[in-house]
Amino acid sequence: METYGLFGLSKEEYERIVERLGREPNHVELGILGALWSEHCSYKSSRVHLRRFPTKAQWVVQGPGENAGVVALDDEVWLAFKVESHNHPSYIEPFHGAATGVGGIIRDVLSMGARPIALADSLRFGLPADKRVVRGVVRGISFYGNCIGIPTVAGETYFEECYRTNPLVNAFCLGIIPAGRMLRARGKPGHVLFLIGSATGRDGVHGAVMASAEFDQKAQEKLPNVQVGDPYFGKKLIEAVLKAIEEGIVEGLQDLGAAGLAGASSELASKSECGVELFLDRVPLREEGMTPFEILLSESQERMLIATTEEKAQELKRLADYYHLEGEVVGKLTEDKVFIAFYKGEPVAELPVSLIVSEAPVYEKPYEEPEYIKRVKGFDQKSLPEPDLKEALLKVLTSLNVCSKEWVYSQYDHQVGTNTVLKPGGDAAILRVKWVVRPEVSSERLIAITCEGNGRIFYLDPYEGGRYAVSEALRNLACVGAKPLGITDCLNFGNPDRPQIMWQLIKAIEGISDACQFFGVPVVSGNVSLYNETVEAQEIRNIYPTPILVAVGKIENRKFVDHRFKEEGHLVFLIGDIRKELSVAGSEYLKVVHGRVEGSVPAVNLEKEKALHELLIELIDKDLIRSAHDVSVGGLIVCLLECLFGTKLGLELSLYVEERLDFFLFSENPTLVVVSTDRERAQELKEMVEAKGLNWLLLGRVLKENLFVLKNNEEKLLEEKVKSLEELWKKALENML
Amino acid sequence: MKFAVCVFPGSNCDYDTYYVIRDLLQQEVSFVDHHTRSLAGFDCVVLPGGFSFGDYLRAGVLASKTPLGEAIFEFAQRGGLVLGICNGFQILTELHLLPGALLKNENLRFVCRDVFLRVENNSLPFTNRFEKDEVVVLPIAHGEGRYYVPEEELRLMEERGQIVMRYCDEEGKATEEANPNGSVSNIAGVCNREGNVFGLMPHPERACEDLMGYRDGLLLWHSLIA
Repeated sequence: METYGLFGLSKEEYERIVERLGREPNHVELGILGALWSEHCSYKSSRVHLRRFPTKAQWVVQGPGENAGVVALDDEVWLAFKVESHNHPSYIEPFHGAATGVGGIIRDVLSMGARPIALADSLRFGLPADKRVVRGVVRGISFYGNCIGIPTVAGETYFEECYRTNPLVNAFCLGIIPAGRMLRARGKPGHVLFLIGSATGRDGVHGAVMASAEFDQKAQEKLPNVQVGDPYFGKKLIEAVLKAIEEGIVEGLQDLGAAGLAGASSELASKSECGVELFLDRVPLREEGMTPFEILLSESQERMLIATTEEKAQELKRLADYYHLEGEVVGKLTEDKVFIAFYKGEPVAELPVSLIVSEAPVYEKPYEEPEYIKRVKGFDQKSLPEPDLKEALLKVLTSLNVCSKEWVYSQYDHQVGTNTVLKPGGDAAILRVKWVVRPEVSSERLIAITCEGNGRIFYLDPYEGGRYAVSEALRNLACVGAKPLGITDCLNFGNPDRPQIMWQLIKAIEGISDACQFFGVPVVSGNVSLYNETVEAQEIRNIYPTPILVAVGKIENRKFVDHRFKEEGHLVFLIGDIRKELSVAGSEYLKVVHGRVEGSVPAVNLEKEKALHELLIELIDKDLIRSAHDVSVGGLIVCLLECLFGTKLGLELSLYVEERLDFFLFSENPTLVVVSTDRERAQELKEMVEAKGLNWLLLGRVLKENLFVLKNNEEKLLEEKVKSLEELWKKALENML
Repeated sequence: MKFAVCVFPGSNCDYDTYYVIRDLLQQEVSFVDHHTRSLAGFDCVVLPGGFSFGDYLRAGVLASKTPLGEAIFEFAQRGGLVLGICNGFQILTELHLLPGALLKNENLRFVCRDVFLRVENNSLPFTNRFEKDEVVVLPIAHGEGRYYVPEEELRLMEERGQIVMRYCDEEGKATEEANPNGSVSNIAGVCNREGNVFGLMPHPERACEDLMGYRDGLLLWHSLIA
């Protein structure tokens, strides 16, 4: 292979560089350009399509393009948040791959001058599950998040065959900023660059290039590319940086992530419209004999670059010492727009900043509808045999995608910081906003956070999948009483050099964009992870198109509900867009009971969806409902059981369903929510549902006894102890592991 | 009352503890860092949860070797009130202010969830607002919370009323199932012989507000300022 190929560059890209420079780049320069021109850093395959996302709203302070997006919660508090992938490293070394994914996203949020206060994780594993990967990833997240002292409050975990060698680990972080005090990666000529945090080692050299290539049978050889995280240093770094901000000795901030010091310094210079000089021999090193190439491109964790004046850098040095961190001035911003790195007085790399950061080629790769689409859409659910109800229920309830994820989230500290109002396990987590030191800030409003991204639905129909996912994310927020402020997304896809994958990417972006546009919800930050593909001797395997959306909302008046039924005698309603024929396309039922992943994804009626969100928020505000839970994976029957689990109550369902009951109970149709209320309020509830142009259906009532009774047309079909069903649901994941 | 909240590098429940004392109890409170050599002037010293010094070597051991560690030891020797929560409890056993040790959880996993606790000794300055044998709910979040003391010592501690709280079920029975980490005799919190040093794994500072779904933690704080 040609040298440029080793750095992930194509022949055309290399020629473009030679032409621009008027010479051949040296080894170090090639390393920098290879890293910064990787898909991971430059979005070269996705950029043209990402422009579709709506990014503006009156409350958006900072849209995409910075380390994290920022929205205003109210006049006092701004929220910085972002989700990012760490997929490739998490397969090679699950523990450290996942841990550093968490560390990386925390520093992105810190870069905006925010105090990170919440984490969430979206995980995808293969089937049959690779226990090494599952245990390692969860342990890694637990190790990092718990120690650094930021609660992991939300998340989701799914299992599908397609993720077997390409698991997904997407980490989200949210931070708070006192309004008006956001920082960005900006400095001025004459500012020095102060590198603070851990010493620099050889770990992670080439990480960005690896994250932008597919795996082959030699995946394990990429092991040295994986970074190693130390949450203890991460914690000290957060405190030191926030202290420095408080003392007013920080002008601009940039975290060191992909492409290390080269990436951070050129990014900072580019955004500041400056040049940059680096003095590599001043970088505190972890090991001897590191080359300039390694110093520039190391992805050692827990490092930040601060732009500040020379005098203030002295104070930063004292602060670094206090927190037992390394800290040195390693460069400065200059007037000319050139990136130049010196090592022992000699220049080792000299490139125009714009060539590194903004001149990466933008590709419009060819795309084509994959053949499978017609096949899966041709599926007719009427041809399915009708299974035994109880058997089907048990299969669905204990499937890995439906069962309780307590095994996962009980390993995460979800309460440190004492802001967690609703813990993991519901439709959305709720946080209050209170911090006492650096910064001292509080708000009467609450924040809601939810993750969403059903890869199977996206696979069957990426466009409808996009609308479906946005709708569900916002529905989850509405179920706890929250209005959306913004979405951050991580687009996890296969190999975009395949036109069929490119088609999935384009269609999914269209679907997400159209829905966000309709709901008036901005996409304020995000990340793209392509090349989630494995090529083995017999098989080329791409993941399902899996955009992960994390939606953040606000609750105005501290009024919220959770998903659990509250009292005996309460009436249980299904509300929303109740259609005559409910589809089981892409459902867990269709997969685990009938062994098929097929169907036409039902198109979301966005008008009705929006009406449902508004309705839920009003119902909660007026105290007309006592619980709300979105019908999602597993269908209505699973939704109802989840409303019972964790209570000591029961439910008597009295249905009058003429169509097939299995479709009614297991459909994952959108725009449906189960709510409960007392008898006195039921009439007003119904009227409000109708006034919104939506339907309601009385399903049954909450029982005192811990029983789940299902009757259809007055015939009793099921009577089960809730406790026994709950045990099965609770233990399924642990039993598998 | 004047409280000190200890801050070691890696402490992470320091702000939460400070918030409860300052904002909810409305008492005087200061942070003291690991360089601090004297705790004179304080009435109660709280060692908050977290991962002091990254839990390197063994949870709590490095913090116990700092100047602040020594100051805490002296403060306790002179009869000052010392409360250690989670990592703070680990530090207190490393300082030998409390008997026993905290080992890795039996299943080797970190665990974060609510537990029921039975109050065994309500005659301490930390527990006088609880009823004897009262069952309360507090959250736990730890990877190294399995309390261990040899059998003979355990018997003596029992006699002297040093077992302060036990993990139990909703009815107050200290069953094996209710034990979240494999602690000997379901022990969640212990005190020294004199009763002025108390360490517990659960987090009372996380359980003080209705909005968060808890209030039992307040009983502990109110006991202190009564």
